[in-house]
Amino acid sequence: MSGVLYSLVALGFVLIFKASGVFNFAQGAMVLLAGLALVRSLDLLVSKGFPFWAAVILGLVFAALIMALTAWLVERFVLGPLVNQDGLTLFMATIGATFVMEGVSQWVFGSDVYPLRLFPTDAWFLFEGSFPGGILVNKLDVWGGLIAGILVAGLAVFFQRTKTGRALRAVADDHAAAQSVGIPISWIWFVVWLVAGLVALVAATVWGTKLGVQFSITFLALKALPVLIIGGFTSIPGAIVGGLIVGAGEKIAEGFLGPHIGGGIEYWFAYVLALAVLLVRPQGLFGERIIERI
Amino acid sequence: MLYRETGQYKTDYAADMAIFPIRQDRLTLVLLLAVAFVGVPLLSYFHIWPFGQDYLLRAILLPFLILSLAAIGVNILVGYCGQLSLGSGAFMAIGAYSAYKLGTGVHIPLGLFNISIPALPVLLSILLGGFMSAIVGILFGIPSLRIKGLYLAVATLAAQFFFDWVFLRVPWFTNYAPSGSVNAPRLDFFGWLVATPIDRYLLCLMFVTVFALLAKNLVRGNIGRQWMAIRDMDIAAELMGIRPLYAKLTAFAVSSYIVGVAGALWAFIYLGSWEPQAFDINRSLQLLFIVIIGGLGSILGCFLGAGFILMLPIFLNQVPAAIGLPLHTDTITHLEFIIFGSLICYLLIKEPHGFARLISLAKEKLRLWPYPY
Repeated sequence: MSGVLYSLVALGFVLIFKASGVFNFAQGAMVLLAGLALVRSLDLLVSKGFPFWAAVILGLVFAALIMALTAWLVERFVLGPLVNQDGLTLFMATIGATFVMEGVSQWVFGSDVYPLRLFPTDAWFLFEGSFPGGILVNKLDVWGGLIAGILVAGLAVFFQRTKTGRALRAVADDHAAAQSVGIPISWIWFVVWLVAGLVALVAATVWGTKLGVQFSITFLALKALPVLIIGGFTSIPGAIVGGLIVGAGEKIAEGFLGPHIGGGIEYWFAYVLALAVLLVRPQGLFGERIIERI
Repeated sequence: MLYRETGQYKTDYAADMAIFPIRQDRLTLVLLLAVAFVGVPLLSYFHIWPFGQDYLLRAILLPFLILSLAAIGVNILVGYCGQLSLGSGAFMAIGAYSAYKLGTGVHIPLGLFNISIPALPVLLSILLGGFMSAIVGILFGIPSLRIKGLYLAVATLAAQFFFDWVFLRVPWFTNYAPSGSVNAPRLDFFGWLVATPIDRYLLCLMFVTVFALLAKNLVRGNIGRQWMAIRDMDIAAELMGIRPLYAKLTAFAVSSYIVGVAGALWAFIYLGSWEPQAFDINRSLQLLFIVIIGGLGSILGCFLGAGFILMLPIFLNQVPAAIGLPLHTDTITHLEFIIFGSLICYLLIKEPHGFARLISLAKEKLRLWPYPY
């Protein structure tokens, strides 16, 4: 189910938005970068004669290092100098960063479609005894769901229980106030982008197994925006639930409505659903209430 | 020395409130318009380099003018009224396709009776195309009364993807063209057949001049001040007696109208024949870039931003060839991405208020030059 995949990308968005108030357009490009780094290093190591498990571990470490480097560069050269600018400027800056990441990742790692084989992609048949045919469950989806669950649990603990997590929440509330009580804002932003990068890496492993690592990943990542709207910009569980709603909803809509109005409605269904949610509940299903002051 | 308003006395309120209160500004504008309206066509007519080739007119000046016009529309919404929109491409598409339908005749079969409109003149269909775009703009502007900022951006993204799909999948809009691409009707403006690059350029220039003047006056007047009040703090504006419903929806209407007209021009005059891909999400992002790089809340900035965004890729394309670097085309594309992205970041860091701010800084400096006291 593609819902889990949307959730994974949306998670990265939520993390950065929660911790820095930046609407990170570059999340899709980060998934691409992480995926390319992983799959290319994996291919290289396997061709050099490493056993598969060692290649996987080394590839993951390499991709994680790349994401750390990206986080550092973004913080140092893009967001650092833009502290205290308004959200729109920061948003545009992340679009600029997106272009750079897309360019660099394809330049360095190549721009073809690279298949990634980390998880099994065959299917189980459940309840075959109960009714004929049973239910087809893709193993990859189970893996994706499992990973998403672990990620959410881990992130929840990280945000609620650790010192850094608490500092992150303080920064999200107010940059200047957080700085004035002695929270090193540049370090915090680095951590956030690093975590978002690692989430991107996880998303890339699942997406890459399903679709192959390719440029179109960045477009699919745009689907994470309506997911965020539905789930709420600031809620991690919201990202997961929103992703599942969008993923299931667009398939159902395609199946039931598609034949009547020409097909291909998967393309916009998520956005229109988000629009409807916005009209009824602007903060999303799980978002914090938006309070306005003068 | 040159740029100083000393001695230019204003004796009435109207003179004080003029668009360009300083004489030097007026002179510059008149000169620019003279060059644009008379100079460029003349140079081009007599084939004087670099105006001799069609390339400059067709591939640079024409898109520059139309994108500037679209950027003015986007700037009214984003820069003046503060409503972030990622759906400008869709509104361009609506303008283009409505103008196309109106220009080739509309026929809506409704079972018992049919609605038929004969093919309208091109000018009228372009202007009415903008009108259709304004109506849709108002519809998609309604959520802006409840939501703002990035939430609104996603709502406009819905417009973008929805209309991409509509123009791709509903064959009625393309007059059942099998390939999905449509051709502009004959560009006959009351007997003036617009065909050569010079004609096309002049036509766009006229549109841009009229709309730029209109927009400039709108944003200086009552309604423009309402927009800016909403942008700066909507709750405070509401308390002061500005109706957010009226202010926001007029901003959406005016903005989508101008963007729609620009879309119709882009399709009819620049492209000639087009597909929905001409107005996809990248177009919206490009317009947003133009506005932000040029300067939010500045009409002049739209032109500067459009020029920059348009020239940069051309420049990047030419440079490696010019200095003799044998680069693979793939590499050039990727390098273009990288340089473009880094330049955007750099500009945002150095001057978050865009080129328009640089110009006004330069003016301040010039006023004191060469004696800084």
